[in-house]
Amino acid sequence: MNVLVYLLPIALGLGFLGLVGFLWALKSGQYDDLDGAAARILDDDDIRKPGL
Amino acid sequence: MSPAIDYSALVETRPDGSRRLELAVEGITCAACIGDIERGLATVPGLDRARLNYTNRRLAADWTAPQFDPGAIVARLAELGYKAHPFEASREEARDEAEMRFLLRCLAVSGFAAMNIMLFSVSVWSGNVSDITPETRDLFHWISALIALPAAAYAGQPFFRNALRALRNRSMTMDVPISLGVCLALGMSLYETIHSAEHAYFDSAVMLLFFLLLGRVLDQVMRRKTRAVAGNLLALRGETAVVLGEDGQARETPVKGVRPGDRVLVRPGDRVAVDGEVISGASEVDASLVTGETAREPVGPGSLVYAGTVNVSGALTVRVTAAAEGTLLQEVNRLVETAAGARSRYLRLADRAARIYSPVVHVTALATAIGWLAAGAGLHAAIITAIAVLIITCPCALALAVPATQVVASGGLFRAGVLLQSGEAIERLAACDTVVFDKTGTLTTPDPRIVNRAELDPGLLALAARLALSSRHPLASALAAEARGQRPFEGATETPGQGVSAVVEGEPARLGSAAFCGAEAQAQTVLGASPDATVICFAHGARRAVILMRQVLRPDAVAVVAELKRAGYELAILSGDREEPVARVAAQLGVENWRAGLKPAEKIAALDEFAARGRRVLMVGDGLNDAPALAAAHASISPVTAAHLAQASADALFLGDRLAPVVDAARLSRRAVAIMRQNLWIAVIYNVVAVPLAIAGFVTPLIAAGAMSGSSIIVTLNALRARLGSRPTPSPETAPSAALPPHRPATLAP
Repeated sequence: MNVLVYLLPIALGLGFLGLVGFLWALKSGQYDDLDGAAARILDDDDIRKPGL
Repeated sequence: MSPAIDYSALVETRPDGSRRLELAVEGITCAACIGDIERGLATVPGLDRARLNYTNRRLAADWTAPQFDPGAIVARLAELGYKAHPFEASREEARDEAEMRFLLRCLAVSGFAAMNIMLFSVSVWSGNVSDITPETRDLFHWISALIALPAAAYAGQPFFRNALRALRNRSMTMDVPISLGVCLALGMSLYETIHSAEHAYFDSAVMLLFFLLLGRVLDQVMRRKTRAVAGNLLALRGETAVVLGEDGQARETPVKGVRPGDRVLVRPGDRVAVDGEVISGASEVDASLVTGETAREPVGPGSLVYAGTVNVSGALTVRVTAAAEGTLLQEVNRLVETAAGARSRYLRLADRAARIYSPVVHVTALATAIGWLAAGAGLHAAIITAIAVLIITCPCALALAVPATQVVASGGLFRAGVLLQSGEAIERLAACDTVVFDKTGTLTTPDPRIVNRAELDPGLLALAARLALSSRHPLASALAAEARGQRPFEGATETPGQGVSAVVEGEPARLGSAAFCGAEAQAQTVLGASPDATVICFAHGARRAVILMRQVLRPDAVAVVAELKRAGYELAILSGDREEPVARVAAQLGVENWRAGLKPAEKIAALDEFAARGRRVLMVGDGLNDAPALAAAHASISPVTAAHLAQASADALFLGDRLAPVVDAARLSRRAVAIMRQNLWIAVIYNVVAVPLAIAGFVTPLIAAGAMSGSSIIVTLNALRARLGSRPTPSPETAPSAALPPHRPATLAP
């Protein structure tokens, strides 16, 4: 059962990372415009045509 | 050109020194508009950043240069074809926003805790039936406690706070049994962990919080959505008024910045933005939005004018007054307040369920403890069983039943072109069995349409429409809608109060009053036949056209009325207009029960008669004079073109020219409420099955976890059914957007 000594912290740490990630996303306003995000992903404006 | 608008009152200075203006943008129909607007604004010099929020149709514009004029943003958007109105988020909206973020953080924390504790719980459950050592189980329980206690202390705040407040007020809400259940479950589990027992309920306690928070978040989503709709509408209508300064200089100011005593110039064709007394000028006003009266009313010095009326012919100078004693506005305000007070007594379905729920749960838990003690069980066993009852009865499914359905149903209503202003409106809409319509602006279109199209030369009409693009007169805007996609004539000039003129194909063209076009004789003949209509004349060279305009029935009004009749609704028309036009509309629609010439108080009295007969009335109206009736009716809907106070009093707004959203609202809300009831019954059945098990002492943490998540998932899936059966909006022309619909051509006859 010694394997628990490092498996438990790893499992909890991963979950905690997920939580921190969500809170960061929430804080940085990524949930403010859900419909817009769905549309913006299709916008390929950042790909400039050569010569432009 | 109109004077520059002063936006300074609405610009917000941010902590880093930059400035921000928020605008509600009108005319956004698809996702491509995001790129259009943001790229279009990138060329405005001095503007650092513009970002459009597609969900709520708002644009945040940031800049740092102090001399930057935010008017440039509005002007650029107008060039791009979007109307924008500066916007100030209401305090309630900001508070809702903060509450939403807090609830989401709580939800995240409880979700994280629930998942990780479940990791240990599943290990313990499978270990208990195989070979887990007591030491490992204790370790797992202690780690669970270490996660659960701080997580519950944080994520449980929304419930604990409300429960404390309720107890202080000696009232009972759902939060009290929830808080009690969670605290007891955690306390008992901690006690059991200390004594190395086999079962601990940490997972149940935290999962409970997670599901309950989910319900709260959905509720908040609903509230935020309805609030954003109301806020945008306020900004979109956000008129400006031309205020005359001490020096006589005219300055266009948002209505918010206009104070009583200010002198306001109302140009012909403008909608009056304030209430006040005319000091100088003479004109006619169209008060159809205020009183429902379709005939023009002459005004001069000393007359009172109301916000929402349209100044038709001459320029007026108006001194702004606050709602003075004895005026129509004051009476309407008083009636609305009284009526709104009565409505707030409505008890929501969820609250009614909660009211029965709390005492039943507490009594059952207490009875369980006493029963087991009486049956000779030890104190420890009796308390554990009672707590298991509290855990198993905790209202996860109940908490999700209503909000989940509301959110799904409001999405369906939104697609049908109905914007809800409050979540409980769905329940009230569903209960209605009578529909009462106002006439002007509700059954009829809010602005006049061409009625004598058949008698007009199409070529001449097309020219007139194109010339109308250069006019800002309200009659002209209806005509201009005919000129789809055309550009205004170059060099067209508008003479205020008279009309527009230009040189077309080498010959002078004029559009405006009969005198302006030299067509008095023809106008007299046309008007003689229909005295309640208005004319707009067009002259091109020697040719003359007299265009007759009148408010006509909405395109699908006859079909909608027939459909409502078929569905078994009792119908009535209550109008403030004169008898003759009301009778005509009622006859066209086949509505027998109609009354004309009603004052606001008389409309309420008429609604009371319905109520006395046990009918529940859905009021559909748009005028200022309808506002009290809208507030007094069991439920109410306004078209998006309605007067402010009417919109504020209505439960929902519908977009577009068609009346069909009213039928959809009635149908979809009935369906949603049926699903809510089903959901509540699912929650009840779940309890009927699970509670006896808990009382008998058979509930283990495993059963509690399964039952809780099972019932919550079933209820949520059932709520998703509210999405089915919402009829998709038929054409892009009537597609709902949070913005006002663009002007559409009139292709209808009365």
